Amino acid sequence: MSDVTSTIAVPTRRARASVAGNSRGSARFAPLIPATYILFLMLPIYWLVNMSFKTNEEIQSRFTLWPENFTFRNYEVIFTDPSWYNGYINSIIYVALNTGISVAVALPAAYAFSRYRFLGDKHLFFWLLTNRMAPPAVFALPFFQLYSAFGLIDTHIAVALAHCLFNVPLAVWILEGFMSGVPKEIDETAYIDGYSFPRFFVKIFMPLIASGIGVACFFCFMFSWVELLIARTLTTTAAKPISAIMTRTVSASGMDWGVLAAAGVLTIIPGALVIWFVRNYIAKGFALGRV
Amino acid sequence: MEKTWNNKAWFMVLPVLLLVAFSAVIPLMTVVNYSVQDTFGNNEFFWAGTEWFSELLGSDRFYDALWRNLAFSLIILAIEVPLGIVIALSMPKTGWGVPLCLVTMALPLLIPWNVVGTIWQIFGRSDIGLLGRALTDLGIDYNYTRDPFAAWATVIVMDVWHWTSLVVLLCYAGLVSIPEAYYQAARIDGASRWAVFRYLQLPKMHRVLLIAVLLRFMDSFMIYTEPFVVTGGGPGNSTTFLSIDLVKMAIGQFDLGPAAAMSIVYFLIVLLLSWVFYTVMTNYGEGER
Repeated sequence: MSDVTSTIAVPTRRARASVAGNSRGSARFAPLIPATYILFLMLPIYWLVNMSFKTNEEIQSRFTLWPENFTFRNYEVIFTDPSWYNGYINSIIYVALNTGISVAVALPAAYAFSRYRFLGDKHLFFWLLTNRMAPPAVFALPFFQLYSAFGLIDTHIAVALAHCLFNVPLAVWILEGFMSGVPKEIDETAYIDGYSFPRFFVKIFMPLIASGIGVACFFCFMFSWVELLIARTLTTTAAKPISAIMTRTVSASGMDWGVLAAAGVLTIIPGALVIWFVRNYIAKGFALGRV
Repeated sequence: MEKTWNNKAWFMVLPVLLLVAFSAVIPLMTVVNYSVQDTFGNNEFFWAGTEWFSELLGSDRFYDALWRNLAFSLIILAIEVPLGIVIALSMPKTGWGVPLCLVTMALPLLIPWNVVGTIWQIFGRSDIGLLGRALTDLGIDYNYTRDPFAAWATVIVMDVWHWTSLVVLLCYAGLVSIPEAYYQAARIDGASRWAVFRYLQLPKMHRVLLIAVLLRFMDSFMIYTEPFVVTGGGPGNSTTFLSIDLVKMAIGQFDLGPAAAMSIVYFLIVLLLSWVFYTVMTNYGEGER
């Protein structure tokens, strides 16, 4: 009897020791990998922030790891020159319009896809996806002609509608992912209790998928905010986004590197501010609600 | 979930359908229209048939851009996927390190694409950039505006910087869904670290990895802004990818016919890839549940 237990126990104990030793060994070095990676991610951002607080003279003549003549001048230029700060306002207007439109039309559609089967549903779902995957370069020229025909060039709504091309499918896919996690019995119970569909949807269903709506809004906001090609093609002056304005920092005295860096830093801030709230859903959002 | 058959659901999809039709179908029809016509200005168009398509498919310029783009996509996949897996495996599972890692790693994903380009344009310059300066001081002749190899290296490192976090976050989401009991079972069986990875973690990450690979492949296939800002497609044509070439043709030179033909071929390739993506997303998911 004792023989049997010892033959069983010995390899187990050895195995446990070896695995524990292994994991202890790798545990010591494991934090190094993410730390190195984060360092790699932060270096270029650090350099941009560093540059934004330098004078152009210092940027071009000396190589300093920390601004010697710490200055807010670059930020002052952006906040006092209307052609700069209007870029931010324009961007925010069309991004907000786009987010509103995208999520509003995506909500009922996502509900339909998650709850019902109907004629051509799978084809439609696939067709939506192809628009998320469509290269903006293919659409830049036809968009320009389409919105010219309607006299909408250089308006915020034109950019907002054009960005619906990839944001509506994204919102539908993300919301469908979240809605499918809500049991169908909840809908049925609400109908039995005498709720009409609109009242059920707004009063009961939307609070249940509030986090999903938040994530969909965030991703619409984000993809509209980071896109340049279509936004630049559809605008000339009145609705020009900040990202397009950034391409014209070349002045008579050469590149205005400091202002360019400051403008770049200011475009990172909105994303950095809201990232905390969606940190647990980022993977799900990027994978179109499918993780 | 059991779904009920109800064709009235179409009414709920209708707004999306109209909106996307307006912003996708009408422009695509314009493109189809241009691709079979020729113009000499003044809005006069002539039927050109398949002329533009045969010209496009017989031209080196298109294939060069296509191969360049494919090579780019494969290189960044070969770097980003293994790197992403390694980082996701070594990320902390609990404690204060988790939100820290998630937030800082996601940061590059939220930066406007042209700012990503600007950041690397500045970072890599040998006169004012940290990277360029450091490499020059080490005695390496690094200039991404002159040397094609340096331009490629810059664009690839930039993409790794920009998008590896996507692979990390997806893999991490797959990893944290593995119950602790599985690891305990592996420990009792005396599984080595490699065996745990190969037979437990990798199969559990299979689905998210597939999504990550497809997303990265498709997005790198339509990359425009970042390399455009950094290299402008140069030196020469060495970093001119499909989208950059198309925009040059359509908006730079206003060659409507050839640009439209290229758009259609490009779009068909993307359509095929989307179909693969869709099949994987839907069928694979059903098998898991």
